[in-house]
Amino acid sequence: MTSLTNPRVPVLEVSDLAISYHDGGAYQEVVHGVSFRVEAGQVVALVGESGSGKTTTAQSIIGLLAANGRVDRGAIKLNGTDISRWSDKQLDTIRGASISLVPQDPGSSLNPVKTIGDQVGEILEIHGKLRGKDLERRVVALLDRVGLSEPEFRARQYPHELSGGMRQRVLIAIAITLKPQLIIADEPTSALDVTVQKRILDLIDELRREYGTAVLLVTHDLGIAADRADRVVVLQGGRVQEEGSAIDVLASPRSAYTRQLIADAPSLARSVTRAPATARLPDESAPADDIVVVEQLVQAFRRPGTGQPPLLAVDKVSFRVRRGTTHALVGESGSGKTTTIRAVVGFQRPTSGTIRVDGTDLANLNGEALRQFRRKIQLVYQNPYASLDPRQTVFGIIEEPLLNFGAVKRTERRAKVMSILGRVGLPEATALRRPHALSGGQRQRVAIARALILEPQVVVLDEAVSALDVTVQARILDLLDELQQDLGLTYLFVSHDLAVVRQIADTVSVLRGGRLVDGGPVAQVFEQPGSDYTRELINAIPGRNHPVFA
Amino acid sequence: MTSFDTIQSDAGTDRHATRHSLADRLGRLQRRLPPGLALSWLILAIVFLWAVAPALFTSYSAVEGIGGAQLKRPDAAHLLGTDALGRDLYARIVYGAVHSLTGAFVAVGLGLVVGTALGVVAGSVGRRLDDAIMRLVDVLLSIPPLLLSLSIIILLGFGTVNAAIAVGVTSIAGFARLARSEVVRVRRSDYVEAAFGSGGTFWAVLWRHVLPNSLTSVIAFAALQFGSAVLQISTLGFLGYGAPPPTPEWGLLIAEGRNYISTAWWLTTAPGVVVVLVVLAANRVSQSFGKVIS
Repeated sequence: MTSLTNPRVPVLEVSDLAISYHDGGAYQEVVHGVSFRVEAGQVVALVGESGSGKTTTAQSIIGLLAANGRVDRGAIKLNGTDISRWSDKQLDTIRGASISLVPQDPGSSLNPVKTIGDQVGEILEIHGKLRGKDLERRVVALLDRVGLSEPEFRARQYPHELSGGMRQRVLIAIAITLKPQLIIADEPTSALDVTVQKRILDLIDELRREYGTAVLLVTHDLGIAADRADRVVVLQGGRVQEEGSAIDVLASPRSAYTRQLIADAPSLARSVTRAPATARLPDESAPADDIVVVEQLVQAFRRPGTGQPPLLAVDKVSFRVRRGTTHALVGESGSGKTTTIRAVVGFQRPTSGTIRVDGTDLANLNGEALRQFRRKIQLVYQNPYASLDPRQTVFGIIEEPLLNFGAVKRTERRAKVMSILGRVGLPEATALRRPHALSGGQRQRVAIARALILEPQVVVLDEAVSALDVTVQARILDLLDELQQDLGLTYLFVSHDLAVVRQIADTVSVLRGGRLVDGGPVAQVFEQPGSDYTRELINAIPGRNHPVFA
Repeated sequence: MTSFDTIQSDAGTDRHATRHSLADRLGRLQRRLPPGLALSWLILAIVFLWAVAPALFTSYSAVEGIGGAQLKRPDAAHLLGTDALGRDLYARIVYGAVHSLTGAFVAVGLGLVVGTALGVVAGSVGRRLDDAIMRLVDVLLSIPPLLLSLSIIILLGFGTVNAAIAVGVTSIAGFARLARSEVVRVRRSDYVEAAFGSGGTFWAVLWRHVLPNSLTSVIAFAALQFGSAVLQISTLGFLGYGAPPPTPEWGLLIAEGRNYISTAWWLTTAPGVVVVLVVLAANRVSQSFGKVIS
């Protein structure tokens, strides 16, 4: 499986590639002399964080750089022919036929006004391979091949009628139609749930074995690279940090950056740095001090005009969280985890069931009482780009909760904001900046600071680290851990990422379709899953089965 | 067609003098500003100066005619010719700027304040009041603007300010719709929910987050409305519902010149071209606001 030793021409050979983007006045180089090769039938993973140049490199290969980008120097050789200077017209002859692309976001990569069948058939028409009945038969066969049920029916459907995973299968069907020698898969699964992700990657693997196609897999997830790739190219800041066979790179990384990436990737972390979850749980015999108690929570949404019974987004969910511990709610999209926590923080009134936070029953809270209750529980949002007001300064954002509860003097407010800013690891100078001048990780720190300034007892983190790069994610998780130990905070941690949950949580509830399917201490749930679904979720964690980390 | 060219080159020579004195500053500006936008700003600046200090631009009186100089063609003494009473047309246009501009400012100000207030309230409070306000706005939108402003003038009486109010009322609906849609968008954002979540009261959140974040496009719309307000006020003036004669209001100038269109075309054309230029300039400027915001 590893690199072929005979001197055959590789499918793709990129040498000393430099790419720059036009930004205002001048061209700024973002990829500085990247070289790597992809042999026939190999999977090569291009790994890096946002801004590392991995997507830019992949786009340049197929000639799809943004309009302000250009290839400065270097060669992109496809079967020995340099295509880096080819015009669009020349590239059209190889796009789809020799190289094809599986794009990142299946939600926006299909034309919403054309049927699935038309879109798969389009590539055959463009390259003039088939038409009429033959084409239709071929399309159905392709849809069947990528594992879509009822392919004849799917071919007549429109993209919005398909789930994210099904759309990604359609995109893969388009990519393999002409049996290209190379498929570029640009983060093909980052918008999908873990179990769907696993099935899609399995499919790509299977097709590769069947057709002998080489795959250039662009990913930020070292776990996926470890699982799926023969060779790994680690990029940072537009430079290759390390290249080698996947096993070698992961087992004995040579560059410090790769070591850092491996240490920070939750799915690959072998040793958990924080105290084992169970050790921090008080004795079973000790009087239970449950700060969050959710009992038989039901959240129903009416479906007006359809005549159907109300949608049960959350169906009889119960869990308890001990003071000072972290409880994780795990599930895929649509499992009701976000709906549950919105009820817990008091943004939504439950249809039935009770929620008690620190002894307060949320059912009776209204107006001013609800406002006062918010001092106890704070929410940190998933997307730090949307949860901070773009017009406020960092100081204004963090100060605001104090203003809401009045009666704090200006100098005291200033001192508090500055101390919390230091607490979350931001330099004082950031106080006067606005959110757009900060990075994603810095913004999430600001959001955490805003949540902490009222000294709440419970902090609810709604996918608070999933939008961040792994190294940033690791720093934020460290920060959360430190804050919990110093301030005795209780966390309610919502995530779809079981690897992160295993790192941070003490207890966990697994939700599926609004129901609780599993729950208990983390170690127990991970080692003896109480349901098939939990087992499936755990098996889907990328990198888990890699020989180096098994 | 030729007549148009003459008028524009006449207007151009006059503007040329001003442009020359600003040459240095413009040189620097032009590197940052596209020429069309620079020209638009220049037009608005000149019209604004006309309104503030008309005496600097002309030595003639706007209301007193010169005996024996009736209906003169444009020449060196009278840049845009004279009207039937021997009044210098250029002077009348310069002195008329203040009427059109204050009218437009009052109209846009009224629409902006009342419309935005209605929209913000509708977008942020409960469903019933929202429905009530927006149906009222729908009713306003369903009446043709000209008919609406004429009815209001008939109720309030003639005059520059009343004409401005009448024009302002017709733009309330547009401002209210835009403000409401912006408020609804901003209200759904995470940072507004986060503000409520950290204990913000309704009014505090409205003031700190919803208002500042929804106003940007409303302001761009106000600049756009400025152009159409100038046009509408001129329309009312033309129909005789605005300022009474001998006020040199632009619409009134066009209306008065109409009687002599076959013998003295410049009386109608010159103020018409000025109105068109101001409206186009205002549109171009508001467009640039929109770009900066997005």
